[in-house]
Amino acid sequence: MKNNIILAGVGGQGILTIATIIGYAALDSDLQLKQSEVHGMSQRGGDVQSHLRISDKQIFSDLIPYGKADIIASVEPMESLRYLPYLSDEGWLITNTKPYVNIPNYPEIEKVLAEIKKLPRHILIDADVIAKDMGAPRAMNMIMLGAIASLMDDIPYDKFQKGIKYVFERKGEKIVDINMKAMDKGKEIAAEKTK
Amino acid sequence: MEKLLLLGDEAIAQGALDAGMSGIYAYPGTPSTEITEYVQRNPEAIARNVHREWSANEKTAVEASIGMSYAGKRTMSCMKHVGLNVAADAYVNSALTGANGGMIVAVADDPSMHSSQNEQDSRFYGKFAMLPVLEPSNQQEAYDMAYYAFEISEKYAVPIMIRLTTRLAHSRAGVKRRKPLPEKDIKLPEDIHQFVLLPAIARRKYKGLLAMQTKFMEESIESPFNSYASGNDKSMGIIACGLAYNYLQENYADTPCPYPVLKVSQYPLPGNLVGKLAEECDNILVLEEGMPFVEEMLKGFFEGPHKIKGRLDGTVPRDGELNPNIVRLALGLPDLTGKPVPEVVAKRPPSLCLGCPHIDSFKALKEVLKEYGDGHVFSDIGCYTLGALPPFKAINSCVDMGASITMAKGAADAGLFPSIAVIGDSTFSHSGITGLLDAANENSNVIIMILDNHTTAMTGGQTSPGDGKIEDICKAVGVHEDHIRIINPLSRNHEEFLKLLKEELDYEGVSVIIPRRECIQTLTKKNKGRLK
Ligand SMILES: Cc1ncc(C[n+]2csc(CCOP(=O)(O)OP(=O)(O)O)c2C)c(N)n1
Ligand code: SF4
Repeated sequence: MKNNIILAGVGGQGILTIATIIGYAALDSDLQLKQSEVHGMSQRGGDVQSHLRISDKQIFSDLIPYGKADIIASVEPMESLRYLPYLSDEGWLITNTKPYVNIPNYPEIEKVLAEIKKLPRHILIDADVIAKDMGAPRAMNMIMLGAIASLMDDIPYDKFQKGIKYVFERKGEKIVDINMKAMDKGKEIAAEKTK
Repeated sequence: MEKLLLLGDEAIAQGALDAGMSGIYAYPGTPSTEITEYVQRNPEAIARNVHREWSANEKTAVEASIGMSYAGKRTMSCMKHVGLNVAADAYVNSALTGANGGMIVAVADDPSMHSSQNEQDSRFYGKFAMLPVLEPSNQQEAYDMAYYAFEISEKYAVPIMIRLTTRLAHSRAGVKRRKPLPEKDIKLPEDIHQFVLLPAIARRKYKGLLAMQTKFMEESIESPFNSYASGNDKSMGIIACGLAYNYLQENYADTPCPYPVLKVSQYPLPGNLVGKLAEECDNILVLEEGMPFVEEMLKGFFEGPHKIKGRLDGTVPRDGELNPNIVRLALGLPDLTGKPVPEVVAKRPPSLCLGCPHIDSFKALKEVLKEYGDGHVFSDIGCYTLGALPPFKAINSCVDMGASITMAKGAADAGLFPSIAVIGDSTFSHSGITGLLDAANENSNVIIMILDNHTTAMTGGQTSPGDGKIEDICKAVGVHEDHIRIINPLSRNHEEFLKLLKEELDYEGVSVIIPRRECIQTLTKKNKGRLK
């Protein structure tokens, strides 16, 4: 069971929305959940992470131990690498390839991607571009969610769909729909790449 | 009963609400802020009209909470660890006045300093005040402890501290609710002198507090939150406090822990259980989040028969928060760490938001100060503290809330010119006003810039206690109104800003400059609300 997920990104990129939907899907599948978040200072454009632990057994630590993450999912390429010590030998690294440059010494993107490609199990998704092409530039994180969902066999896909409804319902049917489609797209791409 | 998905912070809030709390008092501070915010948006709390407004600072919060307890109702105050420094006078003395209605002081420590100036450990305050301290190891305990804390607070008529740390404060898990209790009615203390700490009474009350210490110890021994589990391997016994217990369990999720384990979630330390562990085991490993509080107590001054392992002998790093891996290595289990972080990964420190009003203030300040060189700006704590980092490098201090104004005064007294303070509106109301009074009384040659963004931005945009009253407060403490200057910090007003700064540099005395423009984050939130 893929049960330890690290979500990574930069403050303000919306990783907590992804966390909320996965959490919703897990609870709706009668699984146990612990979700640790980052609040406070680093939310101002600094690196942020959220640890999600899902299991059918009792979960103890709120933090994922080093070497025990099944998935690192990042909405920013350099941030995906920051958590490598957590990744298990069989773990997957999924990341959006669009860099978020808010520091003067951001490395060359080729070097970042080269490091990612060294990993035996990685999925690169140009999620910003795909979202834009779909006419939903703000749904980048839902594309990433779709990719994560495709690796989580223990939670039925419709639970994630319910999660999207739960989070976006207030904003109207159109927004729910766009986000749903973005998630489908992410799932499709990831399924293609993991074949 | 229903199960809720709650942050550790929220679990304490829900527990206190369900246990009949009538009022919560707090000033924001990471990682404690979400306790109060949960109560503020909780429909039941709103319907019951539980007191839930922010206080001006942690001291006023704890004092108001003592007042509500005096009146016989259940109450809680919340703060981050350094907030307890501000409230320490009230907290430590409340050990002598005691409580009437149940009283909880909830303090969230921030080991590893994710959002703080230091990593002090609040358990020391509990010991200093000689009061019981509870330390949850998970969200369910955090919830249950709120109930329990009110009970023992009323049983012994003393305030109870609940101490938690960042990772529990900001992690969600399912929490089972209990049957809610009604709020208490107003009931004055039976002893009308209970809260009068005149020396004669205080001496009597202190003897009472001393006499209660054995009772507190008995409570710890009986506590549902402390437990002793035996193990076959007696070469080592483990004391695991609060969240550290959860990391210990993580490492023995699949195989039972071979060592005897004492779980500690209530202080004072349960003496007999510690004794039992020492009797059974050759050595003792202490796992605790924060400073080596328990470890130092056990270690004492002279070498005893046991080897005490923990932060002091290097088994666990001396500073920083724990995690499952650190605990794993302390237990001598194999390291499972994955690949190292590649060298290409650069640090990404937090930064001011695009369009933040503070940026314009720093630009103007830097430009005007160019001719005087670096080293003239005393800052405070808030988003603007990020002005210390490139590209601004505009500030030279950040010590504790309020220290900008008083440090600027002290440096001006020493002859430094110019001497400039930079302080946010919320920090000004928290603890800047008294410092400004000192400066005004002596007409010190300082410029005080009160960066007014109408909010407490650093902690997520809470209401700012002095909002709308800043210049009136400055006038009232004696700053001349000609030298209270307001400017809208926008790039098109840059020249005007420079002119104004220069004029006040020429004035010998206290000047207050108030760059006033709303925080981009709260503004965006408001606009979104309007569009809905
Ligand atoms: C004694 C104490 N209480 C609380 C905090 C947490 N804290 C840091 S800055 C801040 C408020 C900042 O508000 P303001 O001064 O208005 O500046 P802004 O962030 O809005 O720019 C708070 C609550 C702290 N560091 N110390
Ligand atoms: S949150 Fe507000 S005050 Fe803080 S950096 Fe952003 S705009 Fe500036």
